Amino acid sequence: MFSPGQNHWFIHKVIWWRAAASTAWSVLLLPVTTALFVVVSRASLFHPIQWISESMSLLYGSYVIFSLLILTVVVLLVGFFNLEYYTVVPSIPCTRIALLGKVLHPQQFVHSLAHCMMGMVVAWCASVMIGGRYNFIASPCTEDRGGTAHQMCLNEYHLFLLLAGAFIGYSYSLLGVVRNMNYVSFHTVQQFKYLSFKGALPLVVKYSAIQSLYSLRNYCIFYFFLGYVPRAWICTTMNLHKNSSLNALDTVAGLLDFSLLYHLWISGTFLLVIWYTTMLLFKIYISEVYGFPVHSSFSEEAYQCLPAILSGKEPKILKFLALQDLALLSQHSPSRRQEVFSLSQPGGHPHNWTAICKECLSLNNDLTQRLMAYHEVVSSNGRAKSQCTSNDQKSTSSESSVASGMEELAKTPWRLAGVQDPFSPWYGSVQSPHVTRRGPKLWTSSTESPLNGSPLASPAQAPIPTPATHMPGFLSLWVHNRQEQVKNFLAKRVLIMYLFNKLPEASSQAIFADSQAHIWALEGLSHLVAASYTEDRFGVVQTTFSSILSSMLVLQEAVDKHFKLPHASSKPIRSSFSLEDTTFKTLRFALRAALKTAIYRITTTFGQHIHAVQMSAEHRKRLQQFMEYKE
Amino acid sequence: MCSLALFPSPLPDGQVTLYESNNELVAGTSLDSYQKQEWDPPSLLFPRDALKSHSHLESSSKAAFLDHKDTLWMRSAGAWRDAGLSGLFEEIANSSEGEVPRWLTVGSGFTLALLRWFSSFHGSLFPHLTLSTEDMVAEFSQALNWSDCAVRGFAWHPHTDKFAVALLDDSIRIYNSKSATCPTLKHRLQRSVSALQWKPLCATALAVACHNCLLVWHVDPTSLSTRPSSGCAQVLSHPGHSPVTSIAWAPSGSVLISASPVDTSMMVWDVAAETCVPLQRVGGGGVTFLSWSPDGSRVLAATPSALFRVWETRMWTCERWPCLKGRCQTGCWSPDGSHLLFSVKGEMVIYALTFTDSPGEPLGFSGGAKAAAIVADLSETSFQTPQGEVRIGGEVQSLAWDPRGERLAVLLKGDSETPERPAVIAVFKTRSSPVFELLPCGFVQGEAGAEPRMIQFHPNFSNGALLTVCWSNGRISHTPFYFVSAGGPQIRVGGSPTLPVPLFRNMENGDRPLFSDLCS
Repeated sequence: MFSPGQNHWFIHKVIWWRAAASTAWSVLLLPVTTALFVVVSRASLFHPIQWISESMSLLYGSYVIFSLLILTVVVLLVGFFNLEYYTVVPSIPCTRIALLGKVLHPQQFVHSLAHCMMGMVVAWCASVMIGGRYNFIASPCTEDRGGTAHQMCLNEYHLFLLLAGAFIGYSYSLLGVVRNMNYVSFHTVQQFKYLSFKGALPLVVKYSAIQSLYSLRNYCIFYFFLGYVPRAWICTTMNLHKNSSLNALDTVAGLLDFSLLYHLWISGTFLLVIWYTTMLLFKIYISEVYGFPVHSSFSEEAYQCLPAILSGKEPKILKFLALQDLALLSQHSPSRRQEVFSLSQPGGHPHNWTAICKECLSLNNDLTQRLMAYHEVVSSNGRAKSQCTSNDQKSTSSESSVASGMEELAKTPWRLAGVQDPFSPWYGSVQSPHVTRRGPKLWTSSTESPLNGSPLASPAQAPIPTPATHMPGFLSLWVHNRQEQVKNFLAKRVLIMYLFNKLPEASSQAIFADSQAHIWALEGLSHLVAASYTEDRFGVVQTTFSSILSSMLVLQEAVDKHFKLPHASSKPIRSSFSLEDTTFKTLRFALRAALKTAIYRITTTFGQHIHAVQMSAEHRKRLQQFMEYKE
Repeated sequence: MCSLALFPSPLPDGQVTLYESNNELVAGTSLDSYQKQEWDPPSLLFPRDALKSHSHLESSSKAAFLDHKDTLWMRSAGAWRDAGLSGLFEEIANSSEGEVPRWLTVGSGFTLALLRWFSSFHGSLFPHLTLSTEDMVAEFSQALNWSDCAVRGFAWHPHTDKFAVALLDDSIRIYNSKSATCPTLKHRLQRSVSALQWKPLCATALAVACHNCLLVWHVDPTSLSTRPSSGCAQVLSHPGHSPVTSIAWAPSGSVLISASPVDTSMMVWDVAAETCVPLQRVGGGGVTFLSWSPDGSRVLAATPSALFRVWETRMWTCERWPCLKGRCQTGCWSPDGSHLLFSVKGEMVIYALTFTDSPGEPLGFSGGAKAAAIVADLSETSFQTPQGEVRIGGEVQSLAWDPRGERLAVLLKGDSETPERPAVIAVFKTRSSPVFELLPCGFVQGEAGAEPRMIQFHPNFSNGALLTVCWSNGRISHTPFYFVSAGGPQIRVGGSPTLPVPLFRNMENGDRPLFSDLCS
């Protein structure tokens, strides 16, 4: 997890401090949560006075204080894991096997194991605080079995609660990876931290309670079938006996203990509330706006300025925050816009504007290339290929080995599942005529603008079959046939089909996974250009005006084309009571809207003056549509 | 202070206000009796009888079906889905003997009584909560007498000659100057439309505030289809956020805000992602009316109580403005976002608030004005006309300010019982620099027997201002005001405040009145 960006000054100076502050707040919130837990766990409606007085006296007890210390350590660890595992670009698995690879990844394994342990620790604290029959793992046997009065028996309730903690901890970690809980999204609405925390807190509690209920159900099923294993193991290792006077908990009668289930549910909610609050605070702190200086008069501070930061690649969070700041300054801050449009003091070059504009355009062009390549692949093969794994920034050893090993397999089932596609590149040596037949594109010629200096590694172009290198010798034909047979054989197995089938719209989501950056770039650029109409005294924007417009129009065309693909315009199901952040699933819609708005912002501001800009006839035609409000 | 006594007397019956030219309102006998401009917006007529209203509720069709006994489980699930917790309790409490244990029946009956008692307590704090949904929309809508309107909503497109009209039969029609097709939008959830607005910096998106959700239609202007499918509409809903009575797009087109009188939080929607951020402030009991300042920096949010808020949109903090008399009924912003005019229910005056700082630059939030100033007195005034005495004046139903900041239209609520005190549109001339001035212009009157219901200015009329009025007889008329703008044509950069110019220097010293002495 130690990427090269980890030693960046920004990580040290800002991100760590933000993480520390968020964790400190979660620690400060612990006593409140714990007190609530103690009160709720002892709830008895029929003796309210006794209930209140008992919980009050318990709150000052040594057990609670000790538990608080332990919980503080747990929260610190959770905060540490949040910091290590957060991402601003979600990794979206395209197939179920990729998802499985993600779950079984060693890094994820460490995460799960740690959360299992921490879950157990929290459950121990909960059991101690609830007290009563949950208190100790061993208790003297109640029944008198022929004189051996001082035998110690296993307290199954205690064990049950501990295992529940471990189970919920594991499901927290598992759901975290399946639902991309570590994804930090940036809201369109800026709010002060306290207010956004206050707004999200009821959701956290509700979500934790519901999640705890689901985990409880799963855990009871698990314990019902496999509960005897840990019980027997504990009994042997600790030399304890089984208390035969009580119902064993892996029976229906044992599990139908409402007080037990209630305590289990409360403890699970307590655990999840603590952890999710920590995560929520972390996300709020991390995604807070950071104001970068546009221009510094000292050259040694130049690396901290917006243009320098924007042109860097790592760490991702820094780039995102810089783009967010750019979008905000372009919209709200006239004086900072002045700095962007200003000229350098000796020389009179618009360095700030050039750097910012260049970076935004290269982001746009990057996305255009990606979309173009994806479209190429899709239309050549009928379906998308492994765009996902290549787009995944964090593809690491095991996952990529799984993916690469299975990649060949991944291509087959569609063809077999559907109609035999004679144009498929896998059909003998007949290569896709689509690739060659297709004429030159509008964008292929125009993306070669001089501003597009950054080398674009478009990974999705790799899987495009290259007819020239294919030598149809006898041996290779034989090998190929064998391969086909193996694939055919495997493709008929239902499990394999299930694992390797593409998840619909996942590849589309994967392409737009980091589109928040593009949205900000478009917003920032369009606001700056619009503001330049009145504020740009030196005309620095005019030099790049036509390349900005053409870049946006090219992207617009690519996006339009992408939305004509199947699954691209289908919306994910929205749930209003969920803590999981699904904004990454709809980023492509947001990008489409932001792009149109950006072009309209420029055309509306400049009006008829825009005809004076040099551009190709095709773009002019396209722009005319925008001028007439027909897009 | 400007009062109605300074106004020229209203037209005799049968005369219709046609346009303003050379600082005078010109009248004629019919709406068609003057020469047309290059594109004249169609003057439409929607007779009430041609529109069948969907006045029946979904539950009222229950009577048409035979009674069928489901099991209690099924009924409870249905009640839970339809009416929530209270419905579930009611179902259980009303279940027949032997279906459920007695303690459950008694318990749910008790809980239900408790719930009702609590909600009646809540309702006594905020009386508007006891209204039915339809009444609530009618109460808080900007349209006068909303439930009786043939035209329930009207929205000009902010950039092009196109408008949408919401009708009594819950359909929406779109008229475009550049195309002959007139799409009709219908949707299952599109009921009791209370407001609609086009998305700025976009050609297609139209947001519609409905009975229990928000709809965002995407109507392709190049499409020839006259009935876009309901697949073109995005449904945005949030539990507890209905009915929606007011919506407002950010002038930059980035977000949409919506308000409901029963929900204390105002929703900020990211429409593309279909997610919302609730901005909750306790107090007021709901949000009834929203208005975004044209420069995008502030939002007026009125509540059903005697309180309104002005939000700044950078960090979404608000300042509270308690009113003395009643709730804030309506409000409008000057084009540069520096003045806010509003009116309060129960008072016949227009108030003004001035904001001097440009928000965004310093993060600190300050309003500028410490108290609202009265700029116009609209109390009842008698005019002598050939038909006899006409009394004009009353509470303000809605306000509209033209995008150049030169004309202010005020829809005055009349008295529906007394015919000599009709609802009327009073138009003021305004100027905001160097000092804020309000001068009388005249009354805009329609055909005989028609009462104005809704007013809106065209967002970019090149020769002055164009006021669109929806009348009670279903007529939509457009009244142009021809004038040369004092400050020259303004360029409006969407959502982008320009450099702060110290325009209001002379207003900051002392308690100098914000309205000109010419009026008083």
